[in-house]
Amino acid sequence: MRRAIPLTILAVVGTVLIVSVFLPPLENLGEDFTLFFDIIAVFAFFLGGGNLVRIHFNKLWRKRKDWGFSIVTLFGFFFMLVIGLLKIGNPGGIGADPTAEGSWFQETFNYVINPLQSTMYALLAFFVASASYRAFRAKNREATLLLLAAFIILLGRTPFGVMLTAWVPESWSIAQIPNLAVWIMNSPNLAGQRAIIIGIGLGVVSMSLRLILGIERSYLGEDRG
Amino acid sequence: MKLKLLVLCLLLSCFSVASAQEGTSPPEDTLLFDSTLLPAPVTNLVAFDTENDHGHAITLEWEISVDDGAGKQSVAMYEVFRWVPDLMTAIPSFRDTLDYLKLRTSSSWSEPEPGSRTDSIHSVFAKLDMAQLEQKKETLERTIGQAIRDLPAAHAAYPENGSWQQVAVAPSGSVTAEDVGTKEKDSPDYLPDYSDFYYRVNAVTADPDIRTPSEIFGPVQSYGQWFNLGRLAVFVFVMIFGFLTIFFVSHARRGADLYVRPLAGIEAVDDAIGRATEMGRPILYVMGLGTADQIATIASFTILGRVAKRVAEYQTKLMVPAYESVVMAVAQEVVKTAYYDAGRPDDYKEDIVFFVTSLQFAYVAAVNGLMLRELPATNVYMGKFFAESLLLAETGAVAGSIQIAGTDEIAQIPFFIVACDYTLIGEELYAASAYLGREPILLGSLKAQDWAKAAVIILVLAGLILANLGVGNDWAWANNIVDFFRVVD
Repeated sequence: MRRAIPLTILAVVGTVLIVSVFLPPLENLGEDFTLFFDIIAVFAFFLGGGNLVRIHFNKLWRKRKDWGFSIVTLFGFFFMLVIGLLKIGNPGGIGADPTAEGSWFQETFNYVINPLQSTMYALLAFFVASASYRAFRAKNREATLLLLAAFIILLGRTPFGVMLTAWVPESWSIAQIPNLAVWIMNSPNLAGQRAIIIGIGLGVVSMSLRLILGIERSYLGEDRG
Repeated sequence: MKLKLLVLCLLLSCFSVASAQEGTSPPEDTLLFDSTLLPAPVTNLVAFDTENDHGHAITLEWEISVDDGAGKQSVAMYEVFRWVPDLMTAIPSFRDTLDYLKLRTSSSWSEPEPGSRTDSIHSVFAKLDMAQLEQKKETLERTIGQAIRDLPAAHAAYPENGSWQQVAVAPSGSVTAEDVGTKEKDSPDYLPDYSDFYYRVNAVTADPDIRTPSEIFGPVQSYGQWFNLGRLAVFVFVMIFGFLTIFFVSHARRGADLYVRPLAGIEAVDDAIGRATEMGRPILYVMGLGTADQIATIASFTILGRVAKRVAEYQTKLMVPAYESVVMAVAQEVVKTAYYDAGRPDDYKEDIVFFVTSLQFAYVAAVNGLMLRELPATNVYMGKFFAESLLLAETGAVAGSIQIAGTDEIAQIPFFIVACDYTLIGEELYAASAYLGREPILLGSLKAQDWAKAAVIILVLAGLILANLGVGNDWAWANNIVDFFRVVD
């Protein structure tokens, strides 16, 4: 019973969603089902917030390792919650959109959260460099091919790459590094990507069928009656 | 207030329609510059709902003008016009104003470029304060919703409050055309079903000012049929795939020994859990930024269930930081169930799965911090990943963890390949749970997937040959087969 109800709901909703793709009169029904998800998500939002507060309060209360970070987390959480709910500094008053320009909520987002997020994102440049260093070592034949392809593409997208092979006659334009870079991206790279996309499509259909037919039940655990 | 706003928007829409129609010929009347060239009109014009589609489209058929390819030979093309009520013309303008109001009340507002469309709207609303703008925004949202609901009534009022607008063009010699709209109510091409449409077709000469309109045909309504034949190929493929899955699953149930290709990434999961146990360090399971309704996240739940069961058996510590509340709630249930199934319900703790944040890089900061403080022996990344993939995987590599990743995001796969020890590429993510479980019926579904893959390879090759043969030799049968696989929305 514990598993029969969710499996039945899944089978019915899944079948309707698949069928609605082919049967136009059921299109709206499919959209209605997806609305149910949004409704459930609203309730889950409280669960998420509650979980965060509970875990960090516990950590703080019991003075567990790194409890200092929990103070920062809880302060940030309650600060944003209060200024967002009470619309502090909001020029439109309590009835306005909390993200209106000039509100504390929006200002904090613009001048604290956004710069912090950008900082994290900026780290990507250094991580790309270190990952490239590891990936482009010519350890074997495949890695050497990867290194060569990456080298041509990097060079092909710089003015130096254009200069380097500008002397190659037009009849051999494919040998010019920028054109070679474009060919690598548009032919072998795209072919590989499309093969993966087709595989993903099949995987999605297979996974969906396994779930709808009730073959895949690992997320529900073993049947304990 | 609402009335004022409506009048204002109608004025703006008239302005925009007038500007949009500049440069196009007036469709209303026959303009005679050289009566000797004036073509005869098309005859027997009929319009009907496009068959076997999802609605929102009308097909037109006519008999060509006697001056098309014969007689005066003056017809260069045919222009199809539909009568459109003013309300329908005004909706895009309402939307422009609403977009402006949304932008103006947001933090990303900046002064518009002088002379631009946004600038002309801004000149009307510039003096309003934030509260008034908010109020106008809400009123306009309601107005647009009502306008869309009123479209069938506005069409029924033909010929009051509307104008003729060109919706399609066909070259000379054509006897048919299609007026295809969209079902998306937010799109400027939205064509409401069950509304009375009126059409006429102009026979146009090389001089676009010399044209002859046909008789008006209408009313005609569009509506969706029971089956959308444009998706027949997809339907056939899904049915065959479903049949293959059921066939191989029942085959496996009868005890057939099914061989499936081993995946190094999956084989490594057990070793990775064992390594964590020996080292006395935790396992970090990251489900990515996907929401619970995405198939990659659902696949991740199934893998998490398998991993959590092994972790519970080995009594190793597991950490699952969640990016989304629904994902957290589902993951908690999955892990709890896995601990029960492993016979270790007492080892389950509520804080194994915990919510972090729904901000992408804040999530990265939190998870990276966790990696560097806790130094997990194994990091498993399964699900939907975006720009954070390399930030996470590189930090994991720095922390010295064994890393296993799997995603269906094409752009992120290379990052995982370079930074992780094992990567499940694309579809392998969906197969992972079945591989981990090693249950015959799950392996049966994988076998069906392999057969479908073989079918796709054959179809791709056959399509390539047929498309080239069809074009080169003008073989209709080859083109018909290729057309069967073309999906029409």
